[in-house]
Amino acid sequence: MSDILELSAAQAAAAIAAGSLSATELFDFYRSRAAADEAAGEDGLNCFTWVAEEAPGASAPAPLGGVPLAVKDLFCTKGVPSQSGSRILEGYLPPYTASAVARLDAAGASLLAKTNQDEFAMGSSTENSAFGVVRNPWDRRRVPGGSSGGSAAAVAAGLAPWALGTDTGGSIRQPAALCGIVGLKPTYGAISRYGMIAFASSLDQAGPLTRDVRDAALMLRHMVGRDECDATSLQFPEAVALPTAERLDGVRLGVPEELSGEGIEGGVLDAFQAALAHAQELGAEVSHVHLAHAPQALSAYYVLAPAEASSNLARFDGVRYGMRAGDADQPSDLLEMYTRTRHDGFGAEVKRRIMLGTYALSSGYYDAYYGRAQRVRTKIAGDFAAAFEQVDLIVTPTAPTVAFALGEKTDDPLAMYLNDVCTVPMSLAGIPAISIPCGLSAGLPVGLQIAGPAFSENRLLAAAHALEQAIAFDGSGARV
Amino acid sequence: MGVAHVSEQASAIATHTGAYEPVIGLEIHVQLATATKMFCGCELSFGEPPNTRTCAVCLGLPGSLPVANARAVHFGLMIGMALGSTLAPRSIFHRKNYFYPDLPKGYQISQYDEPLCLGGRLGDVRIHRVHLEEDAAKLTHVGASGRIHGSDASIVDFNRGGTPLAEIVTEPDVRSPEQASEWLKLLRVTLRQLGVSDVNMEEGSLRCDANISLRPVGAAELGVKTELKNMNSFRFIERGIRAEIARQEKILRDGGQVSQETLHFDPASGAITSLRSKEEAHDYRYFPEPDLLPVAIDRQMIDAARADMTELPAARAERLRRELGLSAESAQMLAFRSGLGDFFEAALGVQADVAAQTLANWVSVELASRLDDGLEPAQSRVTPEALAQLVELVASKRVSVGAGRQVLDKLLADGGDPAAIIAAEGLEAMDAGEDLAAIVAAALAANADAAERVRQGNAKAIGPIVGHVMRETKGRADGTEVARLVHEQLGV
Repeated sequence: MSDILELSAAQAAAAIAAGSLSATELFDFYRSRAAADEAAGEDGLNCFTWVAEEAPGASAPAPLGGVPLAVKDLFCTKGVPSQSGSRILEGYLPPYTASAVARLDAAGASLLAKTNQDEFAMGSSTENSAFGVVRNPWDRRRVPGGSSGGSAAAVAAGLAPWALGTDTGGSIRQPAALCGIVGLKPTYGAISRYGMIAFASSLDQAGPLTRDVRDAALMLRHMVGRDECDATSLQFPEAVALPTAERLDGVRLGVPEELSGEGIEGGVLDAFQAALAHAQELGAEVSHVHLAHAPQALSAYYVLAPAEASSNLARFDGVRYGMRAGDADQPSDLLEMYTRTRHDGFGAEVKRRIMLGTYALSSGYYDAYYGRAQRVRTKIAGDFAAAFEQVDLIVTPTAPTVAFALGEKTDDPLAMYLNDVCTVPMSLAGIPAISIPCGLSAGLPVGLQIAGPAFSENRLLAAAHALEQAIAFDGSGARV
Repeated sequence: MGVAHVSEQASAIATHTGAYEPVIGLEIHVQLATATKMFCGCELSFGEPPNTRTCAVCLGLPGSLPVANARAVHFGLMIGMALGSTLAPRSIFHRKNYFYPDLPKGYQISQYDEPLCLGGRLGDVRIHRVHLEEDAAKLTHVGASGRIHGSDASIVDFNRGGTPLAEIVTEPDVRSPEQASEWLKLLRVTLRQLGVSDVNMEEGSLRCDANISLRPVGAAELGVKTELKNMNSFRFIERGIRAEIARQEKILRDGGQVSQETLHFDPASGAITSLRSKEEAHDYRYFPEPDLLPVAIDRQMIDAARADMTELPAARAERLRRELGLSAESAQMLAFRSGLGDFFEAALGVQADVAAQTLANWVSVELASRLDDGLEPAQSRVTPEALAQLVELVASKRVSVGAGRQVLDKLLADGGDPAAIIAAEGLEAMDAGEDLAAIVAAALAANADAAERVRQGNAKAIGPIVGHVMRETKGRADGTEVARLVHEQLGV
């Protein structure tokens, strides 16, 4: 049994293809582990909002060979609860499956479980879920990061071989960093958003949370491409390669001063510096670059994302699906039904962002907030474009700290928002970025973020793979 | 065409309202006759059972995304071309945010400050803009109130939700209720000719709101305007606008001020009620729809739209007048009812030596009056060839006008060849001569009273005498010749 736990998803798929492992055996192995966590409730990690009852029937040979997949709650999965971590969608069963999940399914991945998350992906600690907090498998008193905290914790703990998450301002990369796994946010448009319950449409992007870089490449390969159901999706310009690079000879890495000094915890900076030293040993040239507007990124993000969210979440009104308040005692009119449904159905952080966004779009304030934030966004994209004239890839710490204690930042939204300081600029620019574990600080994982120009995923994955080999991070300490 | 007498009506209204001049702008919503909805693949609904033409997208289910309908953009470009608008190389969809049960996403996707088409003109009214958007669902309120407040329940049918709409906004160039309805008729035939919409007001595929203000005649500054919503027939548009002009005029004459508000006209009672005041106006929190890319118009799209353009009614009326010398009235009738116009031009192609105006009269008067409501001549049993032959036979006096009408009735009933019908029914024109003179003499004898009155100068009294002759001759007699003989025999 423990042999199976040692296999990466790619290795498991290969073993199934070679006939040395049965897909059913693999699925049952992970299903029982996930079910145990689900059954443990508060005493477990609380990674899941739903776990499959049984293994799927035998299917034709496929590239992913039946490897089980954990999927973030906010992806619509036909007939399976898809609640985006919210009371307002409790028990909601979509009539269709999200394109990204459908593509992985078509490639042979089997839906193992739905993972817990911050409500509507709003959060950096997975403490904002209507279905309870998720715990970090490295230290259960600490958060796993968020919003894809259930996906990250499940992969780190070996409760799922790999997982699908989404990243709006860091929601794949930051929990991957805090849980010591790999998380990739692809180029905006690389993967269809159809069927992802939207948080901020111009930023949301699906991506893999995996044990290693090759698994991230493998999952990415089976998700990318134009989808006629998503007008913003794009054809991926080349095949996604499974990375094999061991060296970084001639690769120019840029370290933005704005994202690698002030506000970053000492232990995180030490691990980051050690990773840079590895890169140089592998032949990379490391230099400093400037992202002059990066310090404004967080402010712009917390205008734009809530603005879009305030509109995206308007459909949760109790009329057609999900929760409707007061069915028992009959609200007196439409407005009261709307108000009470949304009052009872949304959590505090979601309400805060709806109010922020509504304000930012209000008549008379639009230019000062939304308009200005869009201009900052354009400047940030320009900063990256200029930096990529000088360097091939940009490296930063993924998060300013290691995993923090449960409850530590729940009363201080601004402190919570600072978790995304290093990841938000790439989200605003729409460019791909990956987080890989680069060491431990006080026994907790530290993430290294590598970002590249739009659609440079192959280069990004190759560099991440070479560094991963050199760093040789041991994630087994988190397995349950 | 309509334009000339419209301005006469405008001045009539200005006189009617005395010191005040109405200034009216129109906003027209046109449901586009695409196969599928604006942002999803659902077929458009024509009275199907409720909520059967829906999907995840038009129900606003979580995770669904809109994709713009290329055919709707194509139709939008055709409308822009027909109105002489500037086609924007790049236009943007925005979200218009407000809560209502007929709006499943909590926002309507609509174009805002960068619409598909800008400017233009149709007839005597300038166009401000044309943009694309999606229709809302249909709400039915159950219970006494008939409105959402106080109803026992409100039922939503999402079949209509997401139907593509083009919104056409005019400049405030309209000066009277009559001009508004005349102009709307011109717009309707233009859109119908383009084939972009069913343009049926009763069924809601053409809907009109009016922005109305009054100002002292001669003043340059505009008064405070009100918006009168959703008048669903040409008659209601005239009545609604007239009622609102009267309401505002009374306020102004009493020394009051018109307040800016959105109004509802109840055609049953004629009452105008306020839907919401300026203070209650929604803050729609418009922002660019992040789920859609800007609409970028390229050469190919413009060429495709141009290729689908047909001759528009105003241009056709002008051509029929200029090239064929038709009267303004005939030209407009044939241009505005394109089925008649097509039939006319086909018949003219067969029998080019018939006078165009005579043929036009046969098509626009004789044939049109004999067609059942809504039936196009092309759907009848009469062919353009047959009608052209008939008109030629009448023109060459081989058959009388009256007998020609009988032949047309026969053609409509059974089809066939006019010459054959004339032969079979014995409808050939009579030889002028003794036969007819004798029949006239007999008719005078049989209608002695009438004959006496004609002799005394009562021209109208000839009716019964001519009628007698026509009965006797089965309508074959030439009416002019009969009258001549009557007068001759009576010596007057």
